[in-house]
Amino acid sequence: MKILVCMKQVPQKDAPLKLNETGAWIREDVSYEVNEPDAFALEEALRQKEKHGGEVVAITSGPARAQQVLREALAKGADRAIHLEDNAFVGLDAFNTAKAFAAAIKDEKFDLIFTGLQSDDYGYAQTGVILAELLGWPHATIIMQIEKNDAGIRVKRELEAGYFQFVDMPLPAVLTIQSGINKLRYATLVGIKQAKNKPLRKVPMAEVQSAIGENLQKIERLYVPQKTKKTEHIEGPPAEIAKKLVDKLRNELRVL
Amino acid sequence: MSETILVVVEQRAGKLNRVSWETITAGQAIATATGWPLEAAVVGASPAPIAAEVAAKKLAKVYAVGSPKLDPYTPDAFAAALKQFLASRQPKLVLMPHTYQVRDFVPKLATAMGRTVISDCVGFKHENGKLVFTRQMFQGKLAADVSFTGDAPWFATFQNGSFRGDKAEAGASAAPVETVAADIADNINRTKPQEVFKEAKQAVDLTQAEIIVAVGRGIKEQKNIEIAKQLADALGADLAASRPICDNGWLPMDRQIGSSGQTVAPKLYLALGISGAIQHIVGMKGARTIIAVNKDSEAPIFEIADYAIVGNLFDIVPPLTEEVKKAKAGG
Repeated sequence: MKILVCMKQVPQKDAPLKLNETGAWIREDVSYEVNEPDAFALEEALRQKEKHGGEVVAITSGPARAQQVLREALAKGADRAIHLEDNAFVGLDAFNTAKAFAAAIKDEKFDLIFTGLQSDDYGYAQTGVILAELLGWPHATIIMQIEKNDAGIRVKRELEAGYFQFVDMPLPAVLTIQSGINKLRYATLVGIKQAKNKPLRKVPMAEVQSAIGENLQKIERLYVPQKTKKTEHIEGPPAEIAKKLVDKLRNELRVL
Repeated sequence: MSETILVVVEQRAGKLNRVSWETITAGQAIATATGWPLEAAVVGASPAPIAAEVAAKKLAKVYAVGSPKLDPYTPDAFAAALKQFLASRQPKLVLMPHTYQVRDFVPKLATAMGRTVISDCVGFKHENGKLVFTRQMFQGKLAADVSFTGDAPWFATFQNGSFRGDKAEAGASAAPVETVAADIADNINRTKPQEVFKEAKQAVDLTQAEIIVAVGRGIKEQKNIEIAKQLADALGADLAASRPICDNGWLPMDRQIGSSGQTVAPKLYLALGISGAIQHIVGMKGARTIIAVNKDSEAPIFEIADYAIVGNLFDIVPPLTEEVKKAKAGG
């Protein structure tokens, strides 16, 4: 199977975020990492390839720094990578990002496209489903298992509150992958070395510009959320914090 | 184009998903702010009983959009039915709850209509005639006010718990219900869903727990779970976890709190090394008191905590456990 994995570089989970001068985005001088569900999507693609053969291609969009995500994917076993490289990709809404991806892969023939179920930065949970619609392919979301069969694939969808559902579908298809579907591998030293010689195609904005339009939604402003709750900070050395907390537990919350 | 708001309620197995009441409350609030009339739609194989239930609320109209082909749910059939319906009614704003089902079809529906969805909103503002939707970004560390820049219909989905479902206002009399037959092509479904099932009987029911000690990524290693377990034992609490801990197999899945796990409302929720991603918060924000320990002072969990301890849980928790034991022993 030929599988495309859409991956995104996002700020590290505990990176302190500051607003930039526009007030509508963050200052980008922070540490970045692979969006977590995308790492599971990549792992699943590699496992499918190991079972059924084929090719795994990783794609991302963003400035030069985003290439790190692709390097990691190649080091873990992806065969090649596609980088839509331009700072402007960061500001695209999900509709435009999906359009740009669709344009960048128009000459390819994939059997499956995986995305993480959502990103840790925007959190739209939309790009994969939009891409499926643009390509005219079926999709399934929040996937915890994928089995290939003669007719196509059987996937296990996670529903809410502990429920699941199997869905049969033909190929090609788009799947959005849930974290925890598998156990992530680490890149090996050999893998990291080999990654340097694997093909990485750069797609400039000019190549996909005609496919994208104006954003249909706009971030007016970004801000630290207003607190709805009064929070009392408990400070001091650990032993003192323990004493203060036990006092609260006993006298205010009455749980001791 | 008429400026109406349409809430699409969700049904599962012939029953209204209660989270739909929250979306109706949201719709009523936006209707009050904008002056736009509010309508609702039920989509399904037999939508009439739910439409009648929904019509008791203060709404200008309720549509029962039906077709036998809408059962069981598939994204292809739902998107087709709604696309056709929305094209004929042309509402300005379409609201839905941000459920797993809506997440599955609404980006497809909006794309098929050349429109966009502002997803997972927690509120709205109506500023100088402009409607903006508030949503969390960066896992809840920041909030964003987002506006629509394209043509209607505008789609927005609301996060579970953003509005109070019990505040949905009743109407003076039942809203009129209009039955709409969805015309869905025979071979539209490309995916074939099987029966919905539960993996195993849930061994642990955390919904009734009085005190919960929950661990997150900050616990770092499986062997460190013991530190939290000792505190839980001392407090007589149940041990729970955020999703990554269960994904790693460090605690069983039935101890997971959040959108894909259990939703709890204990007297006390002690969050140890949990950053407070949205998916976790929706499962525990109903706790009466929340104590959070996290080394990152900007962790979103502190937004909803009653007591905040910024520090390393490995320093804080062992002395706390000892102090709790002493208090229990000493009376």
